[in-house]
Amino acid sequence: MAVVFERPKSLIDVPTHYCPGCTHGIVHRLICEVIDEMGIEGDTIGICPVGCSVMAYDYFNCDMIEAPHGRAPAVATGVKRTNPDKFVFTYQGDGDLAAIGTAETVHVATRGENIVIIFINNTIYGMTGGQMAPTTIPGQVTQTTPYGRDPELAGYPVRVCEMLSTLTGTALAQRVAVDTVPHIRETKKAIRKAFENQKEKRGLSIVEVLSTCPTNWGMSPVEAIKRLQDEMIPYYPLGVYKDVTAEGGNK
Amino acid sequence: MAKMTVITERCKGCGLCTTACPKKIVSLQKEKRNKKGYFYAVCTDDNACIGCAMCGIMCPDCAIIVEK
Amino acid sequence: MERNLMKGNEALAEAAIRAGCKCFFGYPITPQTELAAYMAKRMHKAGGVFLQAESEIAAVNMVLGAASTGVRAMTSSSSPGVSLKSEGISYLAGSDLPAVIINVQRGGPGLGGIQPSQADYWQATKALGHGDFHLLVYAPASVQEMVDMVTTAFDRADKYRIPAMILADGLLGQMMEPVSFPEISINDYDKSSWAADGHKNKREHHIINSLYLKPDELQKSVYERFERYEKVKAEETDAELYLTEDCDILLCAYGATARVVKSAVNSAREIGIKAGMFRPKTLWPFPVKEVNEAVKNAKCLLDVEMSMGQMIDDVKLAINCSKPVHFFGRTGGVIPTPAEILEEIKKVGGAE
Repeated sequence: MAVVFERPKSLIDVPTHYCPGCTHGIVHRLICEVIDEMGIEGDTIGICPVGCSVMAYDYFNCDMIEAPHGRAPAVATGVKRTNPDKFVFTYQGDGDLAAIGTAETVHVATRGENIVIIFINNTIYGMTGGQMAPTTIPGQVTQTTPYGRDPELAGYPVRVCEMLSTLTGTALAQRVAVDTVPHIRETKKAIRKAFENQKEKRGLSIVEVLSTCPTNWGMSPVEAIKRLQDEMIPYYPLGVYKDVTAEGGNK
Repeated sequence: MAKMTVITERCKGCGLCTTACPKKIVSLQKEKRNKKGYFYAVCTDDNACIGCAMCGIMCPDCAIIVEK
Repeated sequence: MERNLMKGNEALAEAAIRAGCKCFFGYPITPQTELAAYMAKRMHKAGGVFLQAESEIAAVNMVLGAASTGVRAMTSSSSPGVSLKSEGISYLAGSDLPAVIINVQRGGPGLGGIQPSQADYWQATKALGHGDFHLLVYAPASVQEMVDMVTTAFDRADKYRIPAMILADGLLGQMMEPVSFPEISINDYDKSSWAADGHKNKREHHIINSLYLKPDELQKSVYERFERYEKVKAEETDAELYLTEDCDILLCAYGATARVVKSAVNSAREIGIKAGMFRPKTLWPFPVKEVNEAVKNAKCLLDVEMSMGQMIDDVKLAINCSKPVHFFGRTGGVIPTPAEILEEIKKVGGAE
């Protein structure tokens, strides 16, 4: 018998600090599978955010840089502009990317920086204990929306892929999910496409991954996957919102 | 001939693998805990495993190795 | 050596390129904008990167990214913009990254004004962001010194892995003076033990980070940094002592203010008052030894600043309040005149 599935080499063999059932681990693995398949670990520099994945530098075996909250796209710009031949990716949560780092996110896209953004949308702030995120769905209960998010008070969620797809510098804006094996396979394909875009200098690629946060949603991991399917996917439709390599380009 | 192996000390007992298995042969047993205190996943029927690796693909902790 | 007439802001930029600065990330703000404009013209031709960022915050974080890969990087701004950069500066310090930050000061607080000021002394020397840390802070008083100090700042930032700041002001930034660019040999510090520039499968992965969740580990990292600070304090202080050997009254001033003070000292000497001047060129580390040397025969001190009195704290601490330290200051963009400083010299007891 031969091994047909195991940990990718560029994912360091240590237990993670993530809660049981947290899908960060799946996305980490997919990024590393792509890095391994493209053979680029030694030429890749990753940027960690502030948030639950703040210690992702302990898991990715490529060189890693910790960015201040929301600033990963700016840090990545500094890395990429001075090291144009390296592969650069940021790994950011919804609070990081779509609240405190909105300006950095929009401008890294409009400049068409040749980097990859992996955007984890789980509709909540995980690390700080479950507060409203810019992507929290109307009606969703969080620590800071105890009666459910009321758009009258707290405004509406940001749909990041839709927004970034309007910018010329964006090469790929695709929303995927990690709730089922077919969707996970789709996610990996999107990540691969994003890294290929970087290789071909096509511009900014963002892969938005609908993810779960069982702990702060107050659910079991299996229930959390169900919520992702029943509530998140209808609000955040999966699909390719912009792909400069495809016919037509836009969805 | 196929086989899935759970690295029991890495398993956090989340149960996502149990939902992914098309043969329904992965389950969280309720007797033995690992050092972190989690009831870890097991394969209940080695002979029925088809080596599709869906359990491993769904696992957030790289706690499953699949051979075929 | 060839001398050109150059604006302070432009001289800072040219000196940075000559000191091996490979990238500049900035954002427009008066009165430092000529620096970015010069970089936009010159940097690409010099084989480097110029990028106008979306904000001061983004600019300093672009510096953090570039510096993480071992590249000499710089950003510049003026007072309100430096406040925005303080987050990134703290992270630079916490990650032990060399970089150069320029502050061409204007009046504050808030939006303040656009005229020269020295009201950011406290910020530069004591509170450039949250946490236990310092920056190397250089205070030029001429366009030539701007050139020389940028060169030194890049070198020492690399040497100690401490970010460095040039604390200039709008007067120096806008002023034109003859300047020369001496041939310099750039020390090539080995960054291979920490730079995150892709490990090429030849070494362990590098992590650039300022997060330590365990208190004893964070304490250890801060202790280690402060050991480096002790070395810096012992080796890197610099000051100009002017007519201090026999002075009865010692004036203390830095940057553009020191030029005005020097005129007042000369005028005082002409009317028989033995005045001298201590001018720190490094604000952190503060030249403690040098000010004590300068003050040894003086009866009192007169600190002059374009602020309500900030450096005066360090002067008092340095001499352990052993002699009276008087203060004269202008703020909000008002520049003190030699005549009013002379009046102050007479008033505080130089003319016994």
